[in-house]
Amino acid sequence: MSSTFLEVYEEEFERLAEALRRLRYASNAEAIFLIDKNGQQIAAAGDVENFDSTSLASLTAGNVAATDGLAKLIGEREFSVLFHEGERDHIHISLVAERAILLVIFNERSSLGLVRLRVRRASEELEQIFREISERSAAEADEQSPASPFWEITDEDIDSLFNE
Amino acid sequence: MTFINYAAKEINCKIVYYGPGLGGKTTNLQHIYTKTAPDRKGKMISLATETDRTLFFDFLPLDLGSIRGFTTRFHLYTVPGQVFYDASRKLILKGVDGVVFVADSQAERMEANVESIRNLESNLDDYGLKLVSLPYTLQFNKRDIPSVMPTDEMYRMLNYKREPTFEASATTGFGVFETLKSVAKQILIELRKK
Repeated sequence: MSSTFLEVYEEEFERLAEALRRLRYASNAEAIFLIDKNGQQIAAAGDVENFDSTSLASLTAGNVAATDGLAKLIGEREFSVLFHEGERDHIHISLVAERAILLVIFNERSSLGLVRLRVRRASEELEQIFREISERSAAEADEQSPASPFWEITDEDIDSLFNE
Repeated sequence: MTFINYAAKEINCKIVYYGPGLGGKTTNLQHIYTKTAPDRKGKMISLATETDRTLFFDFLPLDLGSIRGFTTRFHLYTVPGQVFYDASRKLILKGVDGVVFVADSQAERMEANVESIRNLESNLDDYGLKLVSLPYTLQFNKRDIPSVMPTDEMYRMLNYKREPTFEASATTGFGVFETLKSVAKQILIELRKK
């Protein structure tokens, strides 16, 4: 089952968040979201409270999935970068490590060229972190690690979710 | 794909409502949205045509509370039911943790139900997933309509693996939360097996 789970431990999350904070600073962006391809937010940096991050994550994943479908229809493997230009705010979307999406929201304080440049650099760092997460996860699967806090979930725990 | 964030202490799971067009998938989500406390839900997004038919998906994020200190979040999606939207339907299934099949109880829709289950099987197969091993709940919707097909007959035609099955009327809300609870429970039990 391990391939159907993405587990991010605290120190890994902190490394991802730090990489996003640096990217935000370097690119002068408003906010940056790292989103799993299924539409779940992994980490974020910047003025994230100005945005509905859950909806952003879901719609971005839908957008990427639809564009991915379009790419395959014309024989491309993927369109690795998407750009949406608004009157004030713009969105730059790129794929990272084949499993995540980097969403950068920026305005006139930055530029598309700067964002593209900084995203390319940050992507390398993020890819390295994801590689390490995958390796750690694969090693734990081999060891049958008992660390998961969920293997003791009881039926009562589950029922209580619906009774609150 | 269940996403477990140990830093934020969150579990995120994806549930997809599948089934033939006009079967009540969106209505299920609308009922859940209406009856859930504001602090437990996010915004419901519907990417629909001008005539309110689902074009791409509906999306509803739900926060069910915490389990063993972890906030449990379910992302509920519907697929477009109409046959010709198959490419979009397949995209929504990516990373699914559990499926609710919303079957239309009207006799004239039985063939569409059967075809939709076959389509679900085939689309899951493309992601290397098998319906037989996935958390799955079957819902017989529209039980409020007079002269619907008897449930035992529907069960004979639509049952796939003795999955939990519920009668429902999404417009009145009857059976909607029971269905959701059933699939959510199966997903959490999968977590335990991990």
